[in-house]
Amino acid sequence: MLILPELYLILISIIFLFISLGKSKEKYIITTAKVMSYVGLIITVLSITERGELFYQAYRIDLFSQLFKILIAMGLTLVISMFSEKDGIEKEYLPEYFMFLTLSSLGLMMLSSSVELISIIISLEISSYSLYVIVPLRRSQDATQIEASMKYLFFGAVSTGLMLYGMGYLYGVTGSTFISDIIPRFRLIIGQPFGIFALILTLTGIFFKLSLFPMHFWAPDIYEGSSNMTTTFIATLPKVAATALLIRLATIATPMHYNFVNVLIILSALSMTFGNIVGLVQRDIKRLLAYSGIAHAGYLMMGILTLNIDGIASAIYYIAIYVFMTLACFFVIITISRQGENTTIDDLVGLSKRSPLLAMTLAVSAFSLAGIPPTGGFTGKFFLFTNAFRQGYLPIVIIGAVNAVIAIFYYLNLVRMSYSKEAIHYDVMKLSTHERVICYVLIFIIIYMGVLPFGLMSLFKLMV
Amino acid sequence: MEQFLLMNTFSFPILSTTIFLPLVGAVLLFFIKNETAVKFIALITGVVNLILAFVLFSGFDPNTHNFQLGEFIPWIPSYNINYVLGVDGITVFLILLTALLTPICVLCSWTAIKERVKEFMFCILIMECAMIGVFCALDFILFYIFWEAMLIPMYLLIAVWGGPQRDYASIKFFIYTLFGSVFLLVAIIAVYLTTGSFSIPNAMYRDYSITFQIWVFLAFAIAFAIKVPMFPFHTWLPAAHTEAPTAGSVFLASVLLKMGTYGFMRFCLPITPKASQLFAPYFIILSLIGIIYGGYVCLSQTDMKKLIAYSSVAHMGFVTLGIFSFTLFGFEGALLQMLNHGVTTGALFLCVGIIYERTHSRQIFDNAGLGKIMPIYVGFFGLFSISSFAFPGTNNFIGELYVLLGIFKHHKIAGLFAIPGAVLAAAYMLRLLKQIVWGREDKRELADMNIREIIYLVPLCILVFWMGLFPMPFVATFEKTLAYLHNQLNVILR
Repeated sequence: MLILPELYLILISIIFLFISLGKSKEKYIITTAKVMSYVGLIITVLSITERGELFYQAYRIDLFSQLFKILIAMGLTLVISMFSEKDGIEKEYLPEYFMFLTLSSLGLMMLSSSVELISIIISLEISSYSLYVIVPLRRSQDATQIEASMKYLFFGAVSTGLMLYGMGYLYGVTGSTFISDIIPRFRLIIGQPFGIFALILTLTGIFFKLSLFPMHFWAPDIYEGSSNMTTTFIATLPKVAATALLIRLATIATPMHYNFVNVLIILSALSMTFGNIVGLVQRDIKRLLAYSGIAHAGYLMMGILTLNIDGIASAIYYIAIYVFMTLACFFVIITISRQGENTTIDDLVGLSKRSPLLAMTLAVSAFSLAGIPPTGGFTGKFFLFTNAFRQGYLPIVIIGAVNAVIAIFYYLNLVRMSYSKEAIHYDVMKLSTHERVICYVLIFIIIYMGVLPFGLMSLFKLMV
Repeated sequence: MEQFLLMNTFSFPILSTTIFLPLVGAVLLFFIKNETAVKFIALITGVVNLILAFVLFSGFDPNTHNFQLGEFIPWIPSYNINYVLGVDGITVFLILLTALLTPICVLCSWTAIKERVKEFMFCILIMECAMIGVFCALDFILFYIFWEAMLIPMYLLIAVWGGPQRDYASIKFFIYTLFGSVFLLVAIIAVYLTTGSFSIPNAMYRDYSITFQIWVFLAFAIAFAIKVPMFPFHTWLPAAHTEAPTAGSVFLASVLLKMGTYGFMRFCLPITPKASQLFAPYFIILSLIGIIYGGYVCLSQTDMKKLIAYSSVAHMGFVTLGIFSFTLFGFEGALLQMLNHGVTTGALFLCVGIIYERTHSRQIFDNAGLGKIMPIYVGFFGLFSISSFAFPGTNNFIGELYVLLGIFKHHKIAGLFAIPGAVLAAAYMLRLLKQIVWGREDKRELADMNIREIIYLVPLCILVFWMGLFPMPFVATFEKTLAYLHNQLNVILR
């Protein structure tokens, strides 16, 4: 059973398909989804030792893919367990919502195992189409969710088109769709403008998922328009799978191909600078996190562009911690938003009195996003900086450092609003045990990854 | 690595215990509901840690310049990051000072902090953990983690329990300090890539190229100069000091500012000696500007806390002056002055806190004329004031004397410019003292200091006289370390 986690996700989506045909209670559906996601996580963790190749070597199961699958399963479990009835999805669409959510995760899991261009595209599309469907599923007062879904669909289609165009070049030059065949043949011509052009075009689809500059422009509107839950999903899991794919494809080049590396450096610098500077003026927290995501994609590229084992391991470390700190931030947004509406920075006022635990979760994740020790955000950035510096890319390290200072303005603003501004009247929020556990788990993971990174780091190095 | 580090001689890891005991106490607070119990647990943790610090001091051997009481545990082996702790003559007193000030801070907040007492005590104890950690860490990454971790509780202390403008002050403090720190991080990575290890002693006294030294020195210097703060970077200090609660001001003035000068002594001089010498004239000029500018600004203040905050700029100017004089006297004076400033300015902030609790004003005019109303208070306040402008017989006199000896030996004209600073200090402190004691005559009902307040000022009072009259035990403890530093610098720079 090499692909048990994938099969299990298909099973979940079929179950929800059947549930959607009948009538059942909202609460019952949510509980089912939660329980099934926990089982899914356990199954994925247990299948870590599986090794093998399937479908004529198009689908590889190794430590690399299995660890990414675990990360995706953890993210999915956390996202589903954050779900509550008030989240603003129309009740009658709930089973379909969970169905597409799991289908999208299925696509992402497949993406981390695909080593052949066609299967990459198929997995990518499975995950994207499911997302196109769930973005407009929102109980909303205006039409922003429709706008968001249209934008997502169009931009997604264009970026896939560009990616296919690039892949066409890869195939045309090398005569194969298998990455293992492409690597030796394509390296010969990658120094030429044509080679760089083909590779960058191929990566465009991934940049779209990662919301890296210049494929970032969808992020703020889609984050704002879709429901809090959907945003939480879009902001975290597709980026994990995109990182896996990015690592597979970008390592076609080597550090010797400095023209290609230079392009990545420029994209990384522009992405973090643009994301952080525009992030400064945002009031809507989801928009703010969208720009923060653009900036973090830039940081992530610092690890990828070293194109060596250490750098890529640090990029994996960074995407892992990014998932958890972003989830923590979104959890706070989901919980303080009463009927699933968007929250602005002003809604955070006095949070430390309304709910100290939520305020602390927000503070820990904001400090982690900003990269202050002893949180995982710092440790991840530190690994990225060290590896980029070691490869001699000093300018990008300095740009990254300056950006860390710019970013602190708006992350600190979140903490500032919840701690030093007093609300005139407020009501104390009661958290359920379940919500408390999520808070503690997220805080624990963020601090743990900050203080004791060595086990994880050597694991990530092993898998590259 | 081992040749720099004499391992711990106690039967338990003394440094780790001293660092993490406050953390344990802080976590313990979470399980307690009763506010009085919270205060007592914080106090007991502070006192036990102070006792531990004395045990640590009793195990300290002043006859060696090496790092002592060392602990070494591999942490992230693939990056050669280790959990290395050790103390030497420079840090042992700073640790003692931190451990002494924590229970004092708990005591001074006993009635002043009325809401969210548990979180307040939590922040105080976390601060202690991080501050002692900074002084003990002998690994760059460990150092950096403690250094930055300190920002969060300090930020919260100002932002949650601060004065009316706490919002502005806390953000300014955080961003200023963080700005410096990221350059510190880049410099740390640069040193690592050159030496192959994050060990601090391992990076010292090496033959780096001069360009490398200049860049690393500038990155270090910007972080430390902001923390000290030196003249053009000082603007965060008055805001943060004025808005912070008393305990926050005390930590800020007595310990956090020392981290900047500690950084200069621990990093800039041994790691980048040539660049330090190259830039020394500029830093001397900035120190002198700080001394004189700080003094003049003090003369026009009407807010007690602001006045003391600006006087810190001037005092810390003397410390950096001593460091960049490159003389043994200068180094010793700088270290003495760091401790003196910690004791005296900390005590002055405590005094302001005491009167603020009674009159709810920090304005000099509102608090004037206390001579007859609060005689005990005025006695303490007077003592710390005259100590602050280096009256002979008090602690600051010795420190400033050493610094002046050092700077005159280094450069006569620079020394001449430092003298007016000392005179200015007398002018502004006496002006403040005169106002507080005899300022205006009216009948007000204010309670004099109570036992709790006297208890926490007395140890500082004793230190003022002890360091002023018999400084030898102090100097003897750190003499070897500083002499070694001085010798090494002489060898390299000749």
